[in-house]
Amino acid sequence: MNLQNLFNALENVDTEIYERVKHVSRRQLFSFGKKAALVAAPLAVASSLNKAYGQSMPDRTVEVLKFALLLEYLEDEFYRIGLNTAGLIPAQDRPIFAQISKHEASHVALLRTALGGAADPKPNFDFTARGAFPTVFSNYDTFKTLAQAFEDTGVRAYKGQASMLMVNDPVLETALRIHSVEARHAARVRMLRGMKGWISGMDGFPGAVYAGEQATNEREVNVPGISGISAMNVSEAFDETLTKDQVLAIAIQFVRA
Amino acid sequence: MLVCPTVGHIIPIFFSFMENKTTQLIRSKTVDSDGRRRFLRYAGFTAVTASTILAACENATMEPSTMGGMGARVAADGSIDLGSGDVGILNYAYALEQLEYAFYVQVIATPYAGITDMERMILTDIRNHEKAHRDFFKAALGGAAIPALNVNFSAINFGDRNSVLTTARTFEDLGVSAYNGAGKLLSDGNNLVTAGKIVSVEARHAAIIRELLSPFSTSFAGDDVVTSDTGLDVVNMPGTVLAAAQGFIVERITASNLPTM
Repeated sequence: MNLQNLFNALENVDTEIYERVKHVSRRQLFSFGKKAALVAAPLAVASSLNKAYGQSMPDRTVEVLKFALLLEYLEDEFYRIGLNTAGLIPAQDRPIFAQISKHEASHVALLRTALGGAADPKPNFDFTARGAFPTVFSNYDTFKTLAQAFEDTGVRAYKGQASMLMVNDPVLETALRIHSVEARHAARVRMLRGMKGWISGMDGFPGAVYAGEQATNEREVNVPGISGISAMNVSEAFDETLTKDQVLAIAIQFVRA
Repeated sequence: MLVCPTVGHIIPIFFSFMENKTTQLIRSKTVDSDGRRRFLRYAGFTAVTASTILAACENATMEPSTMGGMGARVAADGSIDLGSGDVGILNYAYALEQLEYAFYVQVIATPYAGITDMERMILTDIRNHEKAHRDFFKAALGGAAIPALNVNFSAINFGDRNSVLTTARTFEDLGVSAYNGAGKLLSDGNNLVTAGKIVSVEARHAAIIRELLSPFSTSFAGDDVVTSDTGLDVVNMPGTVLAAAQGFIVERITASNLPTM
């Protein structure tokens, strides 16, 4: 049920996606059986979350955590491959990426535990994005560009889903505590690339990751107007959200057919 | 701060205050038809004691805010209560942003010995971000906001790089932990998103300050703040955060209408 929703969401943002994943999705749906998916999956979710958080989670919460898990799978595998590719990451920078990788692995484990039986298996990733980044693991600058893009996307993605988690305090707090770690990662990677640690206007690549980051009006308050702070600095001072669809449109570029 | 009127003036002021507040609460969607009675009970209307009247007259704002909750209150001894509900949490954030901004103003006004161009640029950016945060909260809170706070930085040696950067690290990590802990205390999703837009910038600040203190290490997201086996960042409740911040703030800050632990 939830898996189907994810594919429906993906289909909405990328009409090719169903063609590319339909065999996987059908096989997985068949392996559950339609009735089994409807009955067994929520039971599994409830039981694992009872253990993890002491209360059951509504479907909407589960959907958010599944979405988060997809992003964490992506980041986790990305850094793991990078760290295992000889000659890619200079010795001086290795502790940075090892620390980031350690956190992403922890986030995957945490979300999988929280989701229990509702956790999707890791998809197969294509970090070249079907050829858009052919040097992702052979050119360090390309690797860092994507690292920044994934971290900044993560920050914006968690933020965009936070209000969906307000029904469950422990889950919300966990998501917020992952969210700020992604921001620490993003800042460090940006600095490694000679950029500011904060998103200035829409600086970064690919552009979809930074859509709307130039905003300077918050809650209908014109912040440069009331503070006298430049629009550039105000844009940096507030990280904006991305919707689930915006994030999926970015992430799906890296999911293998 | 309001100056307390004499006892002869208190009763009419109190009643007009009650009337005003009750009317606004009844307008609010969250108060049912029983709201007036419940509110009157809450306000101690059935037993108008001297302390109740004093509490009312000490209230600097007396306004239920559109942000949700009751506004800040300055007591006769100068202590400042943050208020209740979402307003109380946003005032809590506003207090921390005031503290951070005042700190970075001083850092830029009296740069430490040996400050590099890059460091000055970073710290100036952060100062400006904190001003944007501070002024945003002031505008958003309106009449429910706490007043401007006075700071006490006597423990900081602004001429010394290590003193300045370790204090900056403390403030930024404290801010991250505060927002991470306060998220679940907010009722309005819009307020949560606003807090979320700010906390990640505080986390970016923390990472960069940590990088200045300990270059090319794991400190930017170090095991002292990000729990190693879960990958989760620091989190603190208002009681812990305010206890840590109080040493730098002249006015006593209370959060008696917020969950503190």
